[in-house]
Amino acid sequence: MTDGLGTDGDQLVIGEHKLGSRLIIGTGGAGNLSVLERALVASGTELTTVAMRRADAEGGSGVLELLRRLDITLLPNTAGCRSAAEAVLTAQLAREALETDLVKLEVHADDRTLLPDPVETLDAAERLVADGFTVFVYTNDDPVLALRLEEAGCAAVMPLGAPIGTGLGIRNPHNIELIVSRAGVPIILDAGIGTASDAALAMELGCDAVLLSTAVTRAQDPERMAYAMRSAVTAGRLARAAGRIPQRFWAQASSPPR
Amino acid sequence: MNVHVNDETREFPDGSSVADVLAELGAARRGVAVALDGEVVRRGDWTATAVPDGARLEILTAVQGG
Repeated sequence: MTDGLGTDGDQLVIGEHKLGSRLIIGTGGAGNLSVLERALVASGTELTTVAMRRADAEGGSGVLELLRRLDITLLPNTAGCRSAAEAVLTAQLAREALETDLVKLEVHADDRTLLPDPVETLDAAERLVADGFTVFVYTNDDPVLALRLEEAGCAAVMPLGAPIGTGLGIRNPHNIELIVSRAGVPIILDAGIGTASDAALAMELGCDAVLLSTAVTRAQDPERMAYAMRSAVTAGRLARAAGRIPQRFWAQASSPPR
Repeated sequence: MNVHVNDETREFPDGSSVADVLAELGAARRGVAVALDGEVVRRGDWTATAVPDGARLEILTAVQGG
């Protein structure tokens, strides 16, 4: 984005990958591919998730062709996996199918919360790192686990703001700040984003990027919401760099005294 | 012989390779990956890898998600 305000050339570096956009989009939830295409273009994203599912005889959904045409890097996920073993095999299949070492590791504990299973996630992260993957790991907003995942060699740690698809925003901003303050790898706010202010808050808290899908794909106007999210991520990033004023209990006049 | 393809039991000629099974299913295309009994079979090995009777074959591809 060219704005002359300091976001030019502000690249997100993850492993060997450099991204000009700090907004990562998930393709889930879009009604059809043309809606998805308009939303992706409006978002300015350069990295987008896809899920791995059993292939049917008819062929793919066309999402791969779309992402390749838009020159967007693929980030396959392990959504739907319940154990480290399942997630590792799914990641290996994704690497083979899509010719990428990138993986978004997610191991869900159950269908109602879709919360990450911390034990299986850490186990899978260690195995995937050892196998040469660049691991983006979906995790709870737990500052201790975030550090453990970084120590395991994950390239990016992705704490949730709230459970997947809830649109509840960032429920524990202090935990996100704690995670950011000690991180040596990029922190990407993943899951829970409902609207643009949530994405801006993530960046103001110091996150390096935001990953969202249904906040855009299930919005009434996905293209417009995608542009809102792009603007919010840029605004939040600028605000973080600019340094906000401290919060005060009492008023402080901004006009000079008489 | 019987092969469990994505948890569905199907019949294939004895001695079929991974490539044969994929061709029969119409799934031998770009963007597809295969695991035979829990191990990934690289695309370059599809022709040379025989599928044993009773094997489990997982065939995955990328879809919209996450």
